[in-house]
Order: sequence, then C-alpha cells, then structure tokens
Amino acid sequence: MPIITQAKSAAVVIDDAKCIAEKGCTVCVDVCPLDILAIDEGRKKAFMKYDECWYCMPCEADCPTGAVKVNIPYLLR
Amino acid sequence: MTDTKTEIIEADILVIGGGTGGPMAAIKAKEANPGLKVVLMEKANVKRSGAISMGMDGLNNAVVPGYATPEQYVKEITVANDGIVNQKAVMAYATGSFPMIQYLDKLGVKFEKDGSGEYNMRKVHHMGTYVLPMPDGHNVKKVLYRQLRRLQVAVTNRYMATRLLKAPDGRIAGAVGVNTRTSDFLVVKAKAVVLACGAAGRLGLPASGYMFGTYENAANCGDGYAMAYHAGAQLANLECYQINPLIKDYNGPSCAYVTGPFGGYTANNKGDRFIECDYWSGQMMLEFWRELQSGNGPVYLKMDHLAEETISEIETILHTNERPSRGRFHERRGNDYRKRPVEMHISEIGFCSGHSASGVWVDENARTTIPGLYAVGDMASVPHNYMLGAFVNGGIAGRDAAEYCANVELTDYDEGYLAAEQERVLAPTRREDGLTPNEMEFKTRRLVNDYLEPPKVTAKMEIAQRRFAEIRDDLSELCVRDPHELLRALEMQTILDCADMAAAASLYRTESRWGFYHLRVDHPETNDDEWFCHTVLYKDEQGRMAHAKREVDPYVVAVEADEMAAYHQLRVKTPAAAE
Repeated sequence: MPIITQAKSAAVVIDDAKCIAEKGCTVCVDVCPLDILAIDEGRKKAFMKYDECWYCMPCEADCPTGAVKVNIPYLLR
Repeated sequence: MTDTKTEIIEADILVIGGGTGGPMAAIKAKEANPGLKVVLMEKANVKRSGAISMGMDGLNNAVVPGYATPEQYVKEITVANDGIVNQKAVMAYATGSFPMIQYLDKLGVKFEKDGSGEYNMRKVHHMGTYVLPMPDGHNVKKVLYRQLRRLQVAVTNRYMATRLLKAPDGRIAGAVGVNTRTSDFLVVKAKAVVLACGAAGRLGLPASGYMFGTYENAANCGDGYAMAYHAGAQLANLECYQINPLIKDYNGPSCAYVTGPFGGYTANNKGDRFIECDYWSGQMMLEFWRELQSGNGPVYLKMDHLAEETISEIETILHTNERPSRGRFHERRGNDYRKRPVEMHISEIGFCSGHSASGVWVDENARTTIPGLYAVGDMASVPHNYMLGAFVNGGIAGRDAAEYCANVELTDYDEGYLAAEQERVLAPTRREDGLTPNEMEFKTRRLVNDYLEPPKVTAKMEIAQRRFAEIRDDLSELCVRDPHELLRALEMQTILDCADMAAAASLYRTESRWGFYHLRVDHPETNDDEWFCHTVLYKDEQGRMAHAKREVDPYVVAVEADEMAAYHQLRVKTPAAAE
C-alpha cells in the first residue's frame, strides 16, 4: 500500500527567538529519550519532528535559553 | 538507506541500557577492576535515558537498619508476591539495599533526612516501613553520568541493541546494535553482557489512544525481554503482568507512596477508603478493579482534607521529580489537590519486575540461564524491585561480571547469524511502500488490550495468538523511510514478541494468582498443589515458544501460613451494622 503523511499537532513548542540552534546547540535533540526533536536545516531552529512525546521534560529542563515548552499531548490533555 | 556500515569493537563487558541498573553495573564493574574495558550501549542518551530520566521522588523499598531488617523485607515481598519468589535473590537485594543508599548518598543523590541527619523513613507497605522520600531527587541521572565519566566507561548513545550474539558453546559472545540516526551497525564482542533495558512498557495501549502516553518511559518497550528470548534465556512468570493504578489519561503515578505518609489515600466516589494499604500489589489492583466494577468508581487519590502547607509540600515533590509534567496536566484540567481528588484508573498491561514479577530469570548473582549473560532492573525477575533494586542488582551484576571476565576469553560468534540479523533489521528499508511501524504497533497493542487484559479468558487469549500470527505475516510488508522509522519498526517487532509471550505465559498457568495480575476466569482458584512454582518461558531448539515449571527454592526466611495471607485481606472491613 502507498504511504501517506497526515497532519499532527506538536506538543513540544520551541520559541524561535530564544532557540540558539544556529550557534550549534543541539541539547534538546540530544537529551530526548524518544528522539523526536530535530534541527530544521533551513531555519536552523529546533522543532518537534515526530508525534511520539512522553512529556518527560528533559528538553525543557536542559535547554540553556529556556526556549522549549512541553505541553501535554492533546489526546490525553 | 541500503548503504550501511558495520563497525566491530571488543570489550570485556557490554552493558545494554543506560538508565538505572545499567550504569550501576558499569560503575561497579569498573570499581572492581579499573583495567576492564566496559562499553555501555544506550538507545537514547545516557544523560536522560530510562525510567528515571527526570529523577525519582523516593525509594520504595529501602531496607534501613532501625526500621527494617533484610529478613522482614524478604518476608514482606514473599507475601506480596503470593509466595512465588526466589528468596535468595530478594535477600541479595535486601542486604545490598542500605550499602547502596549510603553509596548513592556519598555520590550526591539527595535523600530526606531528619534534624539529626537520620533517614526519614515512611510506612506505605502493608507490614513494614520501607519508603524513603527524595524531595530533591531530580539529580540522580546527573550523579550517575558523572561517575560513568570519572571511571571512563565507554558510552555509545543512540544505538539500539537488536540481538545477542552467542559462541558455538552457548556462552555469550556480544551483541549487535543499530544506530537510530544512521542505521549503521555496531557489533560489540564481549566476554560478558549485562541486559538492563527496562520494562516492556509499550505493550498495552493507553486508554487515551496516545501510543507514547505510557506509564514507563516509552523507550522501554521490552527490547531486553525479546533479546533474552531469542538468545534462548529463560523468562520467568511473565503472566504476572505489571498493571498500575495511575492518574487517568496522564497515565503516570499519582503518587500514593508520596502522598500516603502525608495523609492522602485512595478513595471511591463516596470519598471512602476501600483498601487498607496503597502499596502496589496484584491484590490491591484486584480490589481497585472490584471497586470500579461495583459502581463505586471512579477511584480517586484524595488529598483535599489535608492542610495547605502539607499540600504545598506534596505539590513541590510531585511536580519537580520523576514526572514533573503532572502539574501541567492538573493545571489544564482544573485539578487542584486542595479542592478536587485526582481521578485514577487501571493502566494497560506490561512486563516489569520492578513493580510485579515478570522478568528474565536471574539468580542471586543476577546471572541469567546463559553463561556470561546478566539481567538487572525492571526486566530481571527479582520482584517488586523498583529503582533501588535496579541499582543494587546492577551493582551485583557488574561485580560478578568483572570476576567472570577474568576467567574467560573473547569468543567468536556465528557470522551467518549476524548476517541474517542484519538482513532482518534492514528488510523494511528495502521496500518502496507497505505498512508503517506506527499502524502495525497500534494494532498489536490494541489487540493486547482487547484480548490479554485481565480478567483473562482462555478463548480470548487464543484469538489474540491467531491475530498476532497474522500481524507477524504482515511484517513482510513493513516499510520505513528513514532511520528513525527503522527504530520504531524494530521496537514494533519487540512489542509483537512480548505480546506473544504475554499470551503464551498466561495460557500456560491454569490457575489464578497475584490478584488482578493473573486473574483467569476459566481457572478462578489458586491451585498451590499444581502451581506453587515459577513458570519459565523460553525458545526451544526448534525455535518454538516453550514452557516449564521451575520449583520455588527452599525459603531462607520462613513464612507462616497465617502471615502468607496478609495481602489477601486488603479490603477495608465494613462494620456489620453499616450494611
């Protein structure tokens, strides 16, 4: 069967103004146990790439600039 | 994606899993012999991986002199687990408990102490006092990481181990892992391997339908159980599922162990207590389930009768440790501990010895049934072991493996087996279209809920086996587009293996035991004549799932018959005049 891509809302939100990924920071991406965050190569900002969040919060706690906010995923909010 | 590299390295000890027990195994092996090369392979990043990613709010099973003796603890766990325990392994934990607390304390882990510097112990269990709060327990992973660096343990992050490798003579020879971001392979040849992969916590589907809204860290999906099975190790008492009383939808602990000593308790919709003890056991879960069945549900964690300063303290502990997003969840729901009790429910099923008794069989030295292979933590068969058990048994495994290494040489593995495994791993990358890991995992876990959850019904579990076989046939259509999806595809196959094991193990034990954990409708009675034994599940010579009974070794701590029934009397007794 062909594979399709469907829209999902992102529980983990990055404040682009505070994110310093363009300076080489990858802390949130590094610490995520589920490996769901990535750096957008075009914008050089972190973002939630996969809807597989355990809302555990190392990304938020370890971010050096306070750019990450973990919301509870909508399905269980 | 077909252009993947394979790197081969050598080590004395390979530890798989960098959460709790794994790092401690590596640390204690290096402390025993700093000359050893110890490699720690982790699917995520050791800094924040595993069940205690954000720390822990307390020790649930601390055996502290003056409050409890190892003998008392062994007795309590024997009773809580309906007598089916390897007491020698529980005793090895119990005697190692206090020295490990002191060791962690020395490293910088913070435990609650009273004014005179004594540990501030609290009672939650039915019989003894074993809970030690950790209101500032959020730094556990940092402390472990520092020690790993200090002792020069070699860490490989973002490699998911997929299969163990064995020597022709049957002993362990290493393992193969695949990088979750590049799909490159890493083969580690090792004299000893310690499995520390956590629970099978992504087995049932959370009622919310959110696949990663699990109680366990969702990365803990049963890799260790599947690897041990495929290597031919014995797995014990898998039918003694993990099922927990959790915050509804959030699916995290509410957490009665923290709130209980402050005066919080589990209540029904009338605000009344219905269980005498909030300690998680199969019997407690049975009473919880009965309360829901009786129409007295939902069940709540009640705190609104407590004083403001008590509630503030509870909030500070619960919202900064272990699962800090609890506070965020409550806020959004308008839940306030002061005004409204927290709605709880019964979790989906999983395997986890940390809370129940389903794990890879180990003895008192953390040895599995394969020479050179160890298992520790949530995935090893020492029951009710929690975080401190993972540390203690990790330490036992590390020291024993260091000793074992001194007497063996590195061995070759079967090249053909490795090639076949690499082909299995990469097969989903070779397809242009097909089924996605996400939908195959969802369906497997939805069927686990439909057919395997207690109360267990023989006919339903047999349907589950047929449906799982259909999904196994569908693996020939499993398709991935990048290394991350390949990680999920491999995890999905682990989950399917665990689902098959859960069904087979539950069908084998034709009695009911451990309260709700193994409540079989067709076999409602506990049958000590036939089933006062461990069950072990293993892959036989023909590659089939096989079972055997394993005798319960003679107790090292005697338990009287009347004491054995203590956990069967958890329901609050209703005064005769009230009814």
